[in-house]
Amino acid sequence: MVITTKKIDVLEQSRLLSNSSAGAYASFEGWVRNENEGFRVLRLEYEVFKPIATKEGKRIFDKAKDKYAILDVNGIHRSGLLEIGECAVWIGVIAAHREEAFDACRYVIDRIKTRLPIWKKEYYADGNSGWVNCERCASAS
Amino acid sequence: MSKSIKIGYFALFREKTGKSEEIVTTDAETAIDLFRELEDCHGFNEPHGHCKVAINNDLAEWSNIIKDGDTVLFFPPVSGG
Repeated sequence: MVITTKKIDVLEQSRLLSNSSAGAYASFEGWVRNENEGFRVLRLEYEVFKPIATKEGKRIFDKAKDKYAILDVNGIHRSGLLEIGECAVWIGVIAAHREEAFDACRYVIDRIKTRLPIWKKEYYADGNSGWVNCERCASAS
Repeated sequence: MSKSIKIGYFALFREKTGKSEEIVTTDAETAIDLFRELEDCHGFNEPHGHCKVAINNDLAEWSNIIKDGDTVLFFPPVSGG
């Protein structure tokens, strides 16, 4: 798992997974969108605690390799300021067959989103900003 | 017996405390005991079940024992991806 402040080059990332035994490549890209729960989003900022994010990311990849018949998996996540439309996260999985590649890719991104110490702050058109999940979770409990 | 614990705050918790780390002296036995001590003085109102804790740079359980000299990191609800 790589954490980067630079734009993600998806093609370059997918080439790193190249393997002549692979018949399937499945990937997920998370993009910055311009709206969240009715609020117009102008940009956002990711804060990442890299030592644990990279370590937990590797654990998730290792679990995916144990659980699914895949050949390899990799991922990269942005930190810092991002504009609308930029790729915030990329996950790539290669396998002999598509079913395992799809299933493992979903498994990995679902866990990346809930396990890694990464926080998203949205900046809104009305001038406000907020940490996603934080401001709402207290009232939802 | 009192112990000295280095604490790290991130994202919303850093903004609420106004600091990224501090050293506290505490009688707390576990990570959740320490969190409950601090949530009152720092005004955290996020349920701990939505948060995570790390001890010495590894994700930990809230019930884990904390020892003198440990570094405890409190993570508000995550939102990667």
